Amino acid sequence: MAVETTKNLTATDTDVKPATTYQVVLDAKIPDGPIEDKWDRHKFNLKLVNPANKRRFTIIVVGSGLAGASAAASLAELGYNVKCFCYQDSPRRAHSIAAQGGINAAKNYRNDGDSVFRLFYDTVKGGDYRAREANVYRLAQISLNIIDQCVAQGVPFAREYGGLLDTRSFGGAQVSRTFYARGQTGQQLLLGAYQALERQIGLGKVQMFPRHEMLEPVIINGRARGIVVRDMVTGEIESHAADVVVLATGGYGNVFYLSTNAKGCNATAIWRAHKKGAFFANPCFTQIHPTCIPVSGDHQSKLTLMSESLRNDGRVWVPLDPNDKRAPNLIPESERDYYLERRYPSFGNLVPRDVASRAAKVVCDEGRGVGPGGRGVYLDFSDAIKRLGVNIIRERYGNLFDMYERITGENPYEVPMRIYPAVHYTMGGLWVDYNLMSTIPGLYVAGEANFSDHGANRLGASALMQGLADGYFVLPATVGDYLAQTKLEKIDTSHPAFVEAEFEVKQRTNRLLSIKGKRTVDSFHRELGKIMWDNCGMSRTEASLKEALKRIPEIRAEFWENVNVPGSGDELNQSLEKAGRVADFLELAELMCIDALHRNESCGGHFREEYQTPDGEALRDDENFSYVAAWQYNGEGNAPILHKEPLHFEYVHPSQRSYK
Amino acid sequence: MNLTLHVWRQKNGKDKGELVTYPAKDISPDMSFLEMLDVVNEGLIEQGQEPIAFDHDCREGICGMCGVMINGVAHGPERATTACQLHMRHFKDGDEITIEPWRAQAFPVIKDLVVDRSAFDRIIAAGGFISASTGGAPDANAIPIPKKDADVAMDAAACIGCGACVAACPNASAMLFVAAKVTHLGVLPQGQPERYTRVVRMVEQMEEEGFGGCTNIGECAAVCPKEIPLDFIARLNRDLLVATLKGTKA
Repeated sequence: MAVETTKNLTATDTDVKPATTYQVVLDAKIPDGPIEDKWDRHKFNLKLVNPANKRRFTIIVVGSGLAGASAAASLAELGYNVKCFCYQDSPRRAHSIAAQGGINAAKNYRNDGDSVFRLFYDTVKGGDYRAREANVYRLAQISLNIIDQCVAQGVPFAREYGGLLDTRSFGGAQVSRTFYARGQTGQQLLLGAYQALERQIGLGKVQMFPRHEMLEPVIINGRARGIVVRDMVTGEIESHAADVVVLATGGYGNVFYLSTNAKGCNATAIWRAHKKGAFFANPCFTQIHPTCIPVSGDHQSKLTLMSESLRNDGRVWVPLDPNDKRAPNLIPESERDYYLERRYPSFGNLVPRDVASRAAKVVCDEGRGVGPGGRGVYLDFSDAIKRLGVNIIRERYGNLFDMYERITGENPYEVPMRIYPAVHYTMGGLWVDYNLMSTIPGLYVAGEANFSDHGANRLGASALMQGLADGYFVLPATVGDYLAQTKLEKIDTSHPAFVEAEFEVKQRTNRLLSIKGKRTVDSFHRELGKIMWDNCGMSRTEASLKEALKRIPEIRAEFWENVNVPGSGDELNQSLEKAGRVADFLELAELMCIDALHRNESCGGHFREEYQTPDGEALRDDENFSYVAAWQYNGEGNAPILHKEPLHFEYVHPSQRSYK
Repeated sequence: MNLTLHVWRQKNGKDKGELVTYPAKDISPDMSFLEMLDVVNEGLIEQGQEPIAFDHDCREGICGMCGVMINGVAHGPERATTACQLHMRHFKDGDEITIEPWRAQAFPVIKDLVVDRSAFDRIIAAGGFISASTGGAPDANAIPIPKKDADVAMDAAACIGCGACVAACPNASAMLFVAAKVTHLGVLPQGQPERYTRVVRMVEQMEEEGFGGCTNIGECAAVCPKEIPLDFIARLNRDLLVATLKGTKA
């Protein structure tokens, strides 16, 4: 299905560098036919690469999380030569590992009315009608295969006494479809993918490059043909050529400095691709997770999430009276406000993340927040402990309770947890078509790094599902089609495009090292993060976004004059690594605010205070904003160009999301 | 509180390295150990010195990237806690803290507190997996697995690959790490076809990497942030014995 854009233009119309000659047309390439058949038909129509020819192709995969590791392993199993890169010391460290709660799959093992269609429906609705129906349907279909694949690899999912798989409930759904491995589901799924990847490394089909950071994509004749990386141990700048490049580099939540992302998570790979022609879709769609441990002081370096699964048994409340400063256990039932149960009687504590987060902000803004600084609400397990006994609660959440106690010094079996929302996930990302290809031919984007499946809000336990769907099942089918249909000329890293990209990287590195100003990289990052949290965080206004758009260029200018990056470029230099990432965040932040300002509606995680219902719920404007906003880079100092991919809902009809 | 740190500084793998003393001032008890190092590093950069290099990423105790010897103990004094989850409330004003990298022949120092643990990845690549290529899996509920077996597999699979076990062991043995993976995959029905080749291959690779042998000291389990128990090593030895009796080749 062809999709209109505001303007069909060639990239040569603008000063995007390097100038490419292909026609940029925003075509989502959604297959025809009924939604249940689209993916199967599409797979049949995709061209195949002869098994004997696969070894002639090299595929670069950047990132080794769920999407990257599963893609690298699966592509290597098919016979392609794969080069996989990650910034950590081992592919097993990728931040997918920190996902706690679970992974959704429409298995209906519980006989509770689940189906592929229901998972599809819940996800489109949960995303506040800002996702592509065809992509979401495919995701729900593939969810079945993912669980099978992971069990075959030995992922130790939780089981019932009869030996069958156990499931739990998650926010935004009324069926129990979340498979889990204690509170470490992400870890176990990642280790499954990592082990599959290591197997291919052992077989010589994947060449792994840990402690390597991608700093530039290389585009030749309009196609992605390689990357330039920095060896983080020696500082050497290296080029790698390939026939296809896959970016699976995760989200950009660290724009906010404080987030639940790992410290190293960054947007550099996708931002550099954006500047070379890949459109960036819905950058303002960020997810604030409702159950994180509150900030304890200025030293805070990151925030820790407590799995949303805790809301299955924990009850969220604050005191009715803002002046009630008693210890939680001394506040009688009648003087507590279980505000989620009160406002949303049918979903109660299991409303979706965006709704739960905003509700917490509302009660804290009313002065009823608890803990230091009043930015916290209680998550109380005393009723569940009375009902189920402490052993069952320990079995379900033991490691989460231990983690909470380690960080706060408080015992949640006795005192209610204190929680507050924190930046957790970014639904926005590089624009991709149904095949997961970006606007740069040959450049694929998978997992959180793309914008594809979650619309304006992601449901819990769906990130793991999407990462693995993209890596295990979608890319292995679609990448082959591109290779079979495309005549790629032989190139190597002596090509001038590599030389130029290496030169750019070296120049930027030298520039960062030579400023020798007065401020540390972290101080700039904290300043940017605060501006973004205050002005482009849980709720946004026209005024706050305009304020941010004034401040961000000021900080960016100061950064390039006054940052102090010690050490040299030819050694392990963690300050230099951070500086490069923060420089990119300082640019991406501006695009996020531009996007948030242009979207004059509230939807999912994007809450513009000007657009709300009388009882404070998000007010969408389907008439004017039922589209994916895909931004094209237009050169330094120029406003980005907006392209719109209209969204069509044939199966799930947009309505105001109601969890009451 | 105010502390005195003695930190291992080593420019690169060839440098000899030495302990350097730094003050750590105005440390809040709510900081994590790594946040305390962040504060010291910010101060060093402001004074025009190079910050202390240390590995870290998730800061939630799950990625396994962080890990230093704190007063001679891997990950520091708290039981079942990684360095990133260790909080300064466990120290007191005036404490002296010595911070060193993991020390093992198979984990060469890269810089300061950063070491190369890629030997662990090579051990996994040698056999720490179930060969199940994408696409051929039967329905997930086709093979029921008794809950107690699934629980043992999960206990073993909780290993984060941080290397504390190696750092704590006087022989710098990687037996607990290898045993955790051998147990995880070996108790599951899916792991049976490769059970004995797996253990042989992983142990051979471990020896090739220069890790020492196990002499049942138990330091590894004592410092393990995920409390991987010592009896998994007994399971490994049992499987290795069976493999030897069967004449299983790598």
